[in-house]
Amino acid sequence: MKINLLSLTISAALLFTLRGDYSQYTIGDKVENFTLRNVDRRMVSLSDYDEAAGIIIVFTCLHCPYAEMYEDRIIQLHRKYAPKGYPVLAINPTSPRLFPEDNFEKMRARAQQKRYPFAYLQDSAQVVLARFAAARTPHVFLLDKSRIVRYMGAIDDNAENPRAVRQRYVENAIDALMRGERPYPDVTRAIGCPIRRPKPVPPVDSATASPRW
Amino acid sequence: MRIFYTLTFLLCLLAPNALEGQVFKIYDNFSELEERIAQAPRSTLLVINFWATYCKPCVKELPLFNQLHSKYAGPNFEVLLVSLDFKSQLEKKFVPFLRSHPLSPEVILLSDQNADSWIPRVSPEWEGLIPVTALILGEERVLHEGDFEHLEELEQFIRDFLHRTGQTALMHSGG
Repeated sequence: MKINLLSLTISAALLFTLRGDYSQYTIGDKVENFTLRNVDRRMVSLSDYDEAAGIIIVFTCLHCPYAEMYEDRIIQLHRKYAPKGYPVLAINPTSPRLFPEDNFEKMRARAQQKRYPFAYLQDSAQVVLARFAAARTPHVFLLDKSRIVRYMGAIDDNAENPRAVRQRYVENAIDALMRGERPYPDVTRAIGCPIRRPKPVPPVDSATASPRW
Repeated sequence: MRIFYTLTFLLCLLAPNALEGQVFKIYDNFSELEERIAQAPRSTLLVINFWATYCKPCVKELPLFNQLHSKYAGPNFEVLLVSLDFKSQLEKKFVPFLRSHPLSPEVILLSDQNADSWIPRVSPEWEGLIPVTALILGEERVLHEGDFEHLEELEQFIRDFLHRTGQTALMHSGG
């Protein structure tokens, strides 16, 4: 009886550490470093921002009307807060397999056309996305100096009409952090375009496929 | 005669939007949808699907709701398709979409942009991801996140809910 329980616990622990499928970040979690390709073709890491007071991570894309409506506001966020130590870091988590219109060259063209003042990274394999519950675009994760998630959710309370916005969630959250306070609300919900993950491709020939342990 | 024309004109303003048979209503505030839900009799099942023209999986499953509607719609079984499209793109996107995708259930455009305030009022567990389908019967409510692949899947979801609430008779075809 005791041996069974022990081996069960060890197996469970092993499985947990080896499966590589970690839980998703939420408020209070520290975000691990990641590296993705920027539209200027260079690799950019989260650690490149170690000197910043915080980071405004924004998941966004090209094919979604919601993301389109927020594009200018994302640029404005960077212009307002980067000088205060809070730059925007945009990530496109779209799989070009599902949305060919969201490929790297189109991202480059858009960033150039709108003169994005921030890095715009491609996460086509959705590796970084997997750690963030960024279920839709656009979606913001505000990190503080220690890379801890302090706010996640919508940019403000009106996607369609910037002039009718009453609550600027992200701005309020950053202002709170600058005062040494806790953002409130620290989580908001929003409708946006769901981020789809391509279905895994099954092995062609089971005899030659790599063994799944 | 002038009064007649004026009255007719005013009536047309109040009527739901109609375009070659595709009727839909616009709710500017979520409370209008809450009111609609509250007005349904306690013995009526409401199947409410939240979707948008820009959401691919939402559009893909819409025919299932057409099929559901033709199979079961009746006095105690209502299907509502609540779109989260933008009111500012009504003529450009929404109306042409409805023209090319006939929908038999009731269609509502919910233009309430303060999503954070009303998403939890649909369900406290819902984060806002669409498509999502809510089943409401009196005080009972359940949510299905994500799309349905087949009509059978959607029917099973409803059947399970009705079974739990003891109202299996509502699934009989022909209302």
